[in-house]
Amino acid sequence: MKRVVITGAGTINALGHSVAETHEAMREGRCGIGLLEFRDVDRLSIKIGGQVRGFEVEGRFNRQQMALYDRFTQFTLIAAKEAIAQSGIEFSGELSARSGVVLGTAGGGVSTWDDNYRSVYEDGKNRVHPFVVPKLMNNAAASHVSMEHNLKGPTFTVSTACASSNHAMAQAFAMVRSGMAPVMITGGSESMLCFGGVKAWEGLRVMSKDACRPFSLGRNGMVQGEGAGVFVFEEYERARARGAEILCEVAGFAMSSDAADIVMPSKQGAARAMSGALADAGLNADQVGYINAHGTGTTANDKTECAAVADVFGPHADNLMISSTKSMHGHLIGGTGAVELLACIMALRDGIIAPTIGYEEPDPECALDVVPNEAREADVSVALSNAFAFGGLNAVLAVRKV
Amino acid sequence: MSIRDKVIAIIAEQAVLDPSDVTLDSTLDDLGIDSLGLVESIFAIEEEFDISIPFNANAPSQNDFDISSVAAIIAGIEKLAKAQA
Repeated sequence: MKRVVITGAGTINALGHSVAETHEAMREGRCGIGLLEFRDVDRLSIKIGGQVRGFEVEGRFNRQQMALYDRFTQFTLIAAKEAIAQSGIEFSGELSARSGVVLGTAGGGVSTWDDNYRSVYEDGKNRVHPFVVPKLMNNAAASHVSMEHNLKGPTFTVSTACASSNHAMAQAFAMVRSGMAPVMITGGSESMLCFGGVKAWEGLRVMSKDACRPFSLGRNGMVQGEGAGVFVFEEYERARARGAEILCEVAGFAMSSDAADIVMPSKQGAARAMSGALADAGLNADQVGYINAHGTGTTANDKTECAAVADVFGPHADNLMISSTKSMHGHLIGGTGAVELLACIMALRDGIIAPTIGYEEPDPECALDVVPNEAREADVSVALSNAFAFGGLNAVLAVRKV
Repeated sequence: MSIRDKVIAIIAEQAVLDPSDVTLDSTLDDLGIDSLGLVESIFAIEEEFDISIPFNANAPSQNDFDISSVAAIIAGIEKLAKAQA
């Protein structure tokens, strides 16, 4: 089995349009959540979200590309460009033929669906743009990354709701580890912040109207975000041989299914994914210094996740730090694990733990060190990134310093 | 049908019970309605009466809307229906 390292990272999300901007915001505990701005927002009861601001497509994409790229694809391409540029890899020949793209998204081109349904149902039009289907399909982003960067190996999209990115990265990791691919581009993206996207979530009545306050007593739900996170996963010896800068090693992963309830989380399912990731990586629980929590800010997730951590880590649960950066960038649904992996990289490389902001009061059911409100310096050599999706599908990645 | 009978019919349907088995002092728990069933019932009630119920599934007990029993739910809806008419 081969070792796998990350040699490039890219993102765009409510905290910034690059990894550097996002890390800076995480260090400062800045909140990217604000009032939503889009058509018909006045008809929503949930009016806040982690929207990407100051994002101009003009100048980034040409007219033909604009006609083909939904917002989730635009985000993906921007993040992929940053990640691949950082890695310094140019894909050609044999490398190009064997390297591919695995990305996560829950909804794909949600605003393309929304705009065109509005056009035919509300405006009564009987004709839609010819590119509606290639624009909205869930694999559009992965395909455009492969075209843009000449990646001709295994390329596909994984869709497991809020765990999509983690499942995608786990898959990419397995491919590089097994020797099937020398390099994989992976991560995920989401863009559901449009009228129909938020309206659908509103129906479930788990959204907060004011803030995402994970682990805090009095928390009242999740807040949606949008954006993308993309990484270059590369075989370790290859990265070393070419003198690449290594951000961290992907040490292991595990996936589990609760097989229980379509929306309620399960402590056992979450615990099995965390302990499975440690076993896969050959790590002991007491080596873990930081967990980037799924931490949605719902009553059910946060207490279940804390109970699962207590089960897996025993007394060490009180020594480790666990934070939810969703408090800052919102819940990016299918893209969330990818953006959150950036917090793990920051912990390992910079020794800075991103905080859980908006934290007001301790909840006895979440009695762990959740790094409330302010970032903290700490020397961490192993971190976990949790994602627990609706449908009871869990995926946890273990990363470590190299 | 009165508000009371309509609410009982909706709750009975959700609980897969006969309306006569839904008493005023029953709790949703007694009737076997879980959190997802509760959210579905609230939706059905809003649709039936064309009202908006302040309800966040994260903190059912902290909402302004009392769901502690069938009677409490009916009283809350009667109040909302009057206020939002």
